[in-house]
Amino acid sequence: MSLFEAHDLSVSFGGIKAVRDVSFTIRSGEVFSIIGPNGAGKTTIFNLVSRFYETDSGSMAFDGVDITGVPPHRIAEMGIARTFQNTELFEHETVLTNLLIAHHVHRRTNLVTDLLFLPGARRQELDFRRRVEDVIDLLDLQSYREQPIGGLAYGVRKMVEIARALCLEPKLLLLDEPSSGLNPEETEDLSFWIEDIVEDLGITVAMVEHDMNLVATVSDRVMAMADGAELATGNPTEIQNHPDVLRAYLGD
Amino acid sequence: MRFVLKTNYAQDVNLFLHNGQRFWYGLLALAVLLAPLGLDRFYLGEFAYLYIWAIAGVGLMLLVGYTGLVSLGHAAFLAIGAYAHAWLLTQGVPFVLSVPLATAFCAVIGYLVGLPALRMTGIYLAIATLAFERIAAWVIEHWESVTGGHFGMRVPDPTVFGMSLDGPVPFYYLCLGILSLSLFAALNLLRSPTGRAFIAVRDSEVSAESMGINLARTKCTAFALSAAFSGLAGTLFSHRIGYLAPDAFTVQTSIQLLLMVVVGGLGSLQGVVYGAIFLGLLPQAIAIGRDVLPQWIGEIPGLEPGIFGAILVLFLIFEPLGIHGRWVKVRLWFDQFPLYRRATYKRQRSYLRTERVR
Amino acid sequence: MPPVFCLRSRRANTTLEILQLLIIGVSQGCVYGLIALGFVLIYKATEMVNFAQGDMMMLGAFIAFSLIEAFDWLFAFVPVLAGLPGASFAFAFLGTLLVMAAFGVVLERGVLRPMIGEPPFAVLMLTIGLGFVLRAVAGAIWGNQPRALDSPFAGGTFDIGGLIIGYENVAIVVGTALLCGALYLFFRFTRIGVAMQAASQNQLAAFYVGIPVKRVFALVWAISAAIAAAAGILVAPVNLIDPLMGFIGIKAFAAAIVGGFGSLPGAIVGGLLIGIAEPFVALHLPPGLSEVSAFVILLAMLVVRPQGIFPSLQQKKV
Repeated sequence: MSLFEAHDLSVSFGGIKAVRDVSFTIRSGEVFSIIGPNGAGKTTIFNLVSRFYETDSGSMAFDGVDITGVPPHRIAEMGIARTFQNTELFEHETVLTNLLIAHHVHRRTNLVTDLLFLPGARRQELDFRRRVEDVIDLLDLQSYREQPIGGLAYGVRKMVEIARALCLEPKLLLLDEPSSGLNPEETEDLSFWIEDIVEDLGITVAMVEHDMNLVATVSDRVMAMADGAELATGNPTEIQNHPDVLRAYLGD
Repeated sequence: MRFVLKTNYAQDVNLFLHNGQRFWYGLLALAVLLAPLGLDRFYLGEFAYLYIWAIAGVGLMLLVGYTGLVSLGHAAFLAIGAYAHAWLLTQGVPFVLSVPLATAFCAVIGYLVGLPALRMTGIYLAIATLAFERIAAWVIEHWESVTGGHFGMRVPDPTVFGMSLDGPVPFYYLCLGILSLSLFAALNLLRSPTGRAFIAVRDSEVSAESMGINLARTKCTAFALSAAFSGLAGTLFSHRIGYLAPDAFTVQTSIQLLLMVVVGGLGSLQGVVYGAIFLGLLPQAIAIGRDVLPQWIGEIPGLEPGIFGAILVLFLIFEPLGIHGRWVKVRLWFDQFPLYRRATYKRQRSYLRTERVR
Repeated sequence: MPPVFCLRSRRANTTLEILQLLIIGVSQGCVYGLIALGFVLIYKATEMVNFAQGDMMMLGAFIAFSLIEAFDWLFAFVPVLAGLPGASFAFAFLGTLLVMAAFGVVLERGVLRPMIGEPPFAVLMLTIGLGFVLRAVAGAIWGNQPRALDSPFAGGTFDIGGLIIGYENVAIVVGTALLCGALYLFFRFTRIGVAMQAASQNQLAAFYVGIPVKRVFALVWAISAAIAAAAGILVAPVNLIDPLMGFIGIKAFAAAIVGGFGSLPGAIVGGLLIGIAEPFVALHLPPGLSEVSAFVILLAMLVVRPQGIFPSLQQKKV
């Protein structure tokens, strides 16, 4: 069953076509990877899905609902969470606050109840706090709970960002180069966590990734791109041996 | 050094982390409550004035320190609150209704000012609010039927249910009470989703959006709230000066408000109070200095704003975290006595962090 | 809102009157444009916003005032220069540019360099504080009473078929044109000018290719300070010099944003737009509105076209 469908997505910036007529589907419960050389338009696709960029043509549907014209903040409410290539955390706050911010989509209070901190607001805070702890447990972040992001190592930040995305309790998780900047050991841990996220939490994962080892280990299906267009889609072994993909990476 | 053993989640939600904090803040509350017993009229008035600044500061801190939006025009909200309140009083609206009405009016204006601000960041917003302040000042100066124009208007005495609050002691308690409520409301806000949304917008707009935070609504809410607090301070301020005239609210007032939150320490509510104390004490210090120093120094035009400016520059270069930041560092130094690392608070400079893309 | 403002019915009917207003507007607009140019130069190169630009103009005017007095005294001993009209003005003009350029460098070294990498808001606050300090310093040295600059352009007028054009207005327009031309040539054809453009595009990349970025920053501040000084000297015959004259910097700031912050021609165009609007608003609309017309234009611009006339910035990339 398909969770996400994109039809003929195109976008261009100042005359350069960054994405050209790309169509793909993400099936419920799978790990879908997008690979390709630098500048192939992989992150641009994520930015289109997050609605940071306006699509020039084409359409996207999530869970059967058309999201081509939905404002960016609604995307998270509908159940799509994402991480960023170079981490975009809330730098001055602690890990705990960062994770609590992600619970914004679940808020039931409004400005007035917040100002007065009525019992409902307190109950909600306790509820959020408990749910944050579940994610902290899952990703082993206990020792960083009270630490400000500014002082954390890059690898930890990457994990915190995944944790923050998980706090949204999404249906679809977009990971933008989750392994960049991680050492081989951390990358291996990451592959286990991705499997946990898919199997234990039932979250579908789409990721943009350069590390072919990681892609081959965790992915169910892979889409290869070059110059903004789709080259091929299939299982990891198919894609690794696909002539067009080899040509895009290695040249003629 | 104190280690807090947390045994339930409520400890992360409560206002006070441990009993030590409860004790010290309780002592502070007792001191300010009993202050009228030991202080004379003049100092009570000065304290009330300080509280009024702090109320406006809470509003500006929410905007600048927590939402990351800069306003160079907050004097306008102070003025609008003061004029609206005074006008309502002259129309026979009772004090207890007039204050919330004037505050709400400021919130609406703040929301409207926030609307065009959505598409602006940093410097654009600062200059737009400055423009708004100039235009508001112009309207106040020329809308004579309501504001009295250049001649100004007298502010009726505050009375609540037939009881006059005009004396120094009742006015002191009025300001103290409203400041306490403001601080309490701001603290509540910051431990709930609305306040966290502000912080998210401050630290990363893209990230906030991908967390489902509506940027437009959050920024407008921040503006409206901030304007409301400033307007609330304005209503009290009108009673403090007793007679409203356009020159009571200038660009310099806006700058002083900003100075207060920067010197106090951006991103901390304690900083507001420190900043207000600083702002209240500085003119006194300058007055004393004038008596001591040679006469020609005292006669320099623009000396007071000049000193304000110099202090601002020094703080920004040497202690960008303000008085509160310095206090946290000192406390940490004592906590970790021989092991304190100077680099703990050394901020990583991000030379590449730019908002510009070509 | 009740109708509290009565519209004045006086209108500029003849072409002559319109031209007259236009000339006043253009010359005032050039001054705004020059100050705005300083803002934009600094912003483009260093991503800092110098709110004290107007106060640097004020300082330049005061320094020129003192230098003219000094040269007047000095040239009394030099037979060739004594009595030569405008000699001390010319020397003082150049001297002021040099002094202010040096001041710009000192300012950059001492105050602004520690702020590289700090959030833009902090720099903004810092320069606001700096403006207050400069005003107090000028007040301490030159006092508070307005002074007139002994300029050869003061007072005289051309009369072209009934159209009265003051020398000082011509001087402002010509001076602005010359400065802009010189800047254009500098950025287009000199090595360091091109290097500055590169640094303003991408500091780190410029650093990697061997451009001395720090020296470039100092130079940018020097140039901006000198431009501000030139604006101060040119405007001095029109407005008197006093420590608060720098407040027109706020309007110049509006001009810079209207023009599209980050665009040099935009700064001049924005300045002209606001400068021209003011005398017409003063004549046709309620009293006092001309003082805020710059801000009304700014707000209207920000709502309708926030990127300004000549857009130069785009959104952040993730």
